[in-house]
Amino acid sequence: MTAVLENPATESPKPEVGAVPSFEVTLRIRRYNPESEHGEESTWDEFTVTAHGTDRVLDALHMIKWEQDGSLTFRRSCAHGVCGSDAMRINGRNRLACKTLLKDVNPDKPITVEPIKGLPVVKDLVVDMEPFFASYREIMPFLITSGNEPTRERLQSAEDRERFDDTTKCILCAACTSSCPVFWTDGQYFGPAAIVNAHRFIFDSRDEGATQRLEILNDKEGVWRCRTTFNCTEACPRGIEVTKAIQEVKRAMITRAF
Amino acid sequence: MQTHQYDVVIVGAGGAGMRAALEASGEARTAVISKLYPTRSHTGAAQGGMAAALANVEEDNWEWHTFDTVKGGDYLVDQDAAEILAKEAIDSVLDLEKMGLPFNRTPEGRIDQRRFGGHTREHGQAAVRRACYAADRTGHMILQTLYQNCVKQNVEFYNEFYVLDLLTDHDLTTEQIEDGAEVNATGVVAYDLASGEIHVFQAKAIIFATGGAGKIFKTTSNAHTLTGDGMALAYRRGLPLEDMEFFQFHPTGLAGLGILLSEAARGEGGILRNSEGERFMERYAPTIKDLAPRDIVARSMANEVREGRGAGPNKDYVLLDLTHLEPAHIDAKLPDITEFARTYLGIEPYTEPVPVYPTAHYAMGGVPTNIQGEVLRDSHNVVKGLYAAGEVACVSVHGSNRLGTNSLLDINVFGKRAGRSAAAYAKAAGPHRDLPENPTVRVEAQLAEMRDRPDGERVADVRKALQETMDANAQVFRTGDSLNEALATIRELQKRYRNVSVQDKGKLFNTDLLEAIELGFLLDIAEVTVVAAINRKESRGGHYREDYPDRDDSNYMLHTMAYRRPTSASDAADGHVAGYFDHVEDFGDYKVVLGSKPVTQTRYEPMERKY
Repeated sequence: MTAVLENPATESPKPEVGAVPSFEVTLRIRRYNPESEHGEESTWDEFTVTAHGTDRVLDALHMIKWEQDGSLTFRRSCAHGVCGSDAMRINGRNRLACKTLLKDVNPDKPITVEPIKGLPVVKDLVVDMEPFFASYREIMPFLITSGNEPTRERLQSAEDRERFDDTTKCILCAACTSSCPVFWTDGQYFGPAAIVNAHRFIFDSRDEGATQRLEILNDKEGVWRCRTTFNCTEACPRGIEVTKAIQEVKRAMITRAF
Repeated sequence: MQTHQYDVVIVGAGGAGMRAALEASGEARTAVISKLYPTRSHTGAAQGGMAAALANVEEDNWEWHTFDTVKGGDYLVDQDAAEILAKEAIDSVLDLEKMGLPFNRTPEGRIDQRRFGGHTREHGQAAVRRACYAADRTGHMILQTLYQNCVKQNVEFYNEFYVLDLLTDHDLTTEQIEDGAEVNATGVVAYDLASGEIHVFQAKAIIFATGGAGKIFKTTSNAHTLTGDGMALAYRRGLPLEDMEFFQFHPTGLAGLGILLSEAARGEGGILRNSEGERFMERYAPTIKDLAPRDIVARSMANEVREGRGAGPNKDYVLLDLTHLEPAHIDAKLPDITEFARTYLGIEPYTEPVPVYPTAHYAMGGVPTNIQGEVLRDSHNVVKGLYAAGEVACVSVHGSNRLGTNSLLDINVFGKRAGRSAAAYAKAAGPHRDLPENPTVRVEAQLAEMRDRPDGERVADVRKALQETMDANAQVFRTGDSLNEALATIRELQKRYRNVSVQDKGKLFNTDLLEAIELGFLLDIAEVTVVAAINRKESRGGHYREDYPDRDDSNYMLHTMAYRRPTSASDAADGHVAGYFDHVEDFGDYKVVLGSKPVTQTRYEPMERKY
């Protein structure tokens, strides 16, 4: 529903409480397209769009793609921070474009937008996610149990359920893993997201696969590579305490006999 | 071009697709083709819960759930299907728990349950706790759990592959197919986004699980990628679409943005208020108030705004009040949606009411199927080897209005059924059937034409015009005039679409091209939605005609079946029932023909719908 002003010449629109009026914003976007004249080289392009108070970086990217340059390429789907498609580096920090309001990233200066680091760039802001998902699959991200299944549900106390609540929030957007300096220099490292998903099962009272997962993460490319820089925790758009989860997995490795 | 051969091919990797994959992949050689990475699917955006009469926290049974589903759908529900939905709900929830889904728990350690709109005990006496949930990210946990189990079972995925054609051994658009004659689905054609290559998947059984089409509207809770692809492909290949006039508007979208705030907010005690602070739902649904079904709540909200009791500077929304709830309770039960209010509107739900307005949410209609998930080519004949499940399908368990928590249930119950049926069929079937001689010719021509058109209109302009006319003319309130206006615009836009061009002419990861293709799907879905809505001169569930405000069972207790046919074809749709469904709408080089299908009624006589 949009408001129509009956007499725009004499009446000025009343701004909503807390609303920010429209403003110009420039995005400085790293481009890469092996099919283009630049070949394997990446370049920077600047675009200026008119944005409104609640517009997000994703809205600005859409305005550019839909009105200025259709070849600008990025992934997106849900547009409200739950599908994990649009993690990108915005002003040097990993964020979801759909969850980052323009007004919160200093729109007075050009906003830089780059693909997340450490994964091969396919085109513009799109990276190859396969290595990321391969690490995820390796930590056995599924409930492991033995014996007969119960007729009804397995029982789990509310406290036991709460124990791993934080790590169930992960949307596999790769913002954490691709913010990790260890991952940048060593792409073999499992990375925070895989460890978070291992944590989700290691600390689930119903699961019996902790030993196997801890063995996998005890690898030289495993959890001990973490240098506790907290980049991952800062980057997580779901507010997961990623570094804490990694520390808990390290501790489990020391305290649990296997 | 590359060709692949599988027993079962599943199109779509949301809840229904992956639930089907878990059934089929153990039994038959199965591939899942998805335009997104599986965990990006919109099942993950579902929040509040999944209904099942577990009776973990209070007395409940599947018969009450069946009744609520039938009444909630304003009696256009096929009652045999609703009974299956409610009965199999219990095992569906238990299946997910055994797969590892972290449901919230009762003090005894059982799956916890909460209230949701339209779910009642003893046939409408009072709200019942039936929704099983994991905070307000139940859909996220279902999607993750299903994907995790697909990883466990080594399910084969083709990610970021767009299915652009369905192959059958008869051309249903032009051939006159006799009643009872065998029609087989033989494969699909897909476009690999990363490389721009065309792939043909030959299969004995195909399951469509491509989700909804919310992007025909401007204000929607749906993802950008929900463009009705599977529905439109079926429609273009001559299959009917059922009950497309019924679209659900979820009452509580964030005002101006359409981002979903779960009905669980009201299940946990949230109250809707108008600008005067009045709990207006007491006037519209005196018994269950804010927990009335979505169609009723959405209409009530829109009516408050129309009568001048909207809140905000433009009086164009109402308020969802959670301020009387304990912040700790909100944090435990509704953490994500309260964060949406903070992030996107800068509202603190602990202390301020949240501006909300109805948002286009769910297609009750879709590709018609029977209870085994087999796709119908008219009111009673199936296409062999073709299945559909989830929002793309119309079984019909939702009738003219879906109850909250019944869609997460639908994808699990009918995803599982479709997976099982497809695998069993593929195993019993003989060798693969021959594909048409040039299986990719249509897709290649379509892509080349779109890519090679040197210049023309922008995709975004046509899409915007479509979404605006749908919001203005085919939303919560509709009239014959508003719908005809929408139809006139759609005709015009269908013509303009033939002149759109894309700027990206490359082969690699060309999302510009794909958005143009998706726009074509949206136009087709909007077309059939509006034609069906014009024809249905009554108000039922999510379809409210101000010029015909009453339900009219004597003329319209029938499912709409919409077919696209060449102008030269005869007007009699297959399985056609004489009467008001004679409607034909001419679009120049083709026409939309409306037939019908009877509603299956078992134990419940249609009654007036009061809450």
